[in-house]
Amino acid sequence: MIGRAISYPVLLALLGLLVGLLAFVSMLIGPAAAGTFELLQIMQHGQTDIAWMIMREVRLPRMLLAALEGATLGLAGASLQGLLRNPLADPGIVGVSSGASLFAVLALYTGLSAAFPLALPLAAIAGAFICVAILQGLAGRGGMLTLILAGVAISYFSVAIAQLVLNLSPNPYAATEIMFWMMGSVSDRSLDHVALAAPFMAAGWVLLMAAARALDALSLGEQAAASLGVDLRRTRTMIVTGCAMAVGAGTAVTGGIGFVGLVVPHLLRPLVGYKPSLLLPASALGGAALLLAADILVRLIPTGVELHLGVVTALIGAPFFMGLIFHARAEPDS
Amino acid sequence: MKLEARGLFVSAGDARIVENASLHVASGELVGLIGPNGAGKSTLLKALLGLQPRTAGEVLLDGAAFDRMPPIERARCVAFLPQERRVEWRLRVRDVVMLGRYPHQTGYGAPTKASERAVDSALRLVEAEAIADRSVATLSSGERTLVLLARALAVEAPFLLVDEPTTALDPYHQLHVMETLSALARRGVGVLAVIHDLAAARFMDRIVLMSAGAIAGDGTPAETLTDENLSAIYQIEAVRGMKDQRQWIVPWSRRQTPSP
Repeated sequence: MIGRAISYPVLLALLGLLVGLLAFVSMLIGPAAAGTFELLQIMQHGQTDIAWMIMREVRLPRMLLAALEGATLGLAGASLQGLLRNPLADPGIVGVSSGASLFAVLALYTGLSAAFPLALPLAAIAGAFICVAILQGLAGRGGMLTLILAGVAISYFSVAIAQLVLNLSPNPYAATEIMFWMMGSVSDRSLDHVALAAPFMAAGWVLLMAAARALDALSLGEQAAASLGVDLRRTRTMIVTGCAMAVGAGTAVTGGIGFVGLVVPHLLRPLVGYKPSLLLPASALGGAALLLAADILVRLIPTGVELHLGVVTALIGAPFFMGLIFHARAEPDS
Repeated sequence: MKLEARGLFVSAGDARIVENASLHVASGELVGLIGPNGAGKSTLLKALLGLQPRTAGEVLLDGAAFDRMPPIERARCVAFLPQERRVEWRLRVRDVVMLGRYPHQTGYGAPTKASERAVDSALRLVEAEAIADRSVATLSSGERTLVLLARALAVEAPFLLVDEPTTALDPYHQLHVMETLSALARRGVGVLAVIHDLAAARFMDRIVLMSAGAIAGDGTPAETLTDENLSAIYQIEAVRGMKDQRQWIVPWSRRQTPSP
């Protein structure tokens, strides 16, 4: 028996509530003295000088980016796992994040990002699209395995070039900047960053959600799905493009943040009765909650230097991944 | 209604897999597609469905070009049970059967009453109501085949194409599947089934015999499964008998090839 402990609408409502709560807490935490009282004052009476500045300029973009990027990673992870019918698929697998990273690194290296602040995210979005064009060119007519192989190849190549750039970087300051950027973070971002990434993310979400129902049919295999009227090539193009737009734009402003897209769908799958289409919205909310929580955590951990968000998600995610492998090994055939 | 293939050719690289194959299935008919491994049966089935590109020939549904119909419309007319019996994820049996309603449901709303009814009736037909709430991951291969057959039945299409529905099943489940297909045909569904088991031939109204990509015979089991045909196509000898006015066949031995 598959006992679903809670119904789907209740699950979504609970996850939504959790996201709201974490978003609220995220607005209250930071080194500056701007807590609950100040936030309530702002909400009631409108802006009050310095506290308003901190909330609006520092914490709001941070909170929004964590929520948007978390939702993107959760949604993209769930979509790719459904498409490739593999619980270990991750948005990184199609090579989009590393492509975006490479172009961001190039923008940092050439000094373009110093000359024009939005050059970095714009270059990264361009990088994501170039990667998807190469991916479709390589794997357009092949099967799902070709898609994975092409994604992995693009990923390795992008990482290699990024490392080459780092290697050749003449000034240590630029190299450090590149390295910190690659660790992934949502701090020190402005509402301009949010405004730049959000439209691409939203467009990507629409594409991914539009392909969700086909993922249900795909759980019967490609032939059965095609016989039910699913257009396999169209579904694949929608999901790959949707991931490129959403994840590419996210990586462009936050840097590389791993494991959210892998872990969140896996945790929530049993709670939605294993249905791929129902998993998508739940994973989006779950991803947003996880990244908001992680971003609160990096601010609470008393380290001298604030930890990067990507470091924390990887520190939590990698052992979880090992646990996954351990359990998959124990299960006979699922 | 009639689903019909005329002069189908399918190639993979230089190899011709299906050569000039023509066959038809009418409503209310259970037709067996029989032939040795590699004869091109599965490929022909997929070419009929439009899942396999063909180099020549046409597929007609009541005289109209089948592949000009939109994919969803085609899916509503012809249901398919592929050879692959894997179900990804630990879906509930009822949810798996509900996937058969994909061509009928639009958007993300709850299943319609018609869909719920179709799923209930499909589960009843394969006698799987008792396991409807179980996870497919916990089923035996026999139960899984029946559930996937129910999934194909839930489409409620006028035609059903099944690829080796009895393979890897015990005698009880083999009979269960064949009786179900037979019952469907009596309800007016046109069924085309690829089978290997010659003992299942007795359920068929008609047999289409395939060999090396071409159609080698088309007629009643008695007309097609003759000693000459079995010897020429399968290189086997069979024993046969009669029960309830139906002929049964059991493959007995490989034909002794004369030494040169």
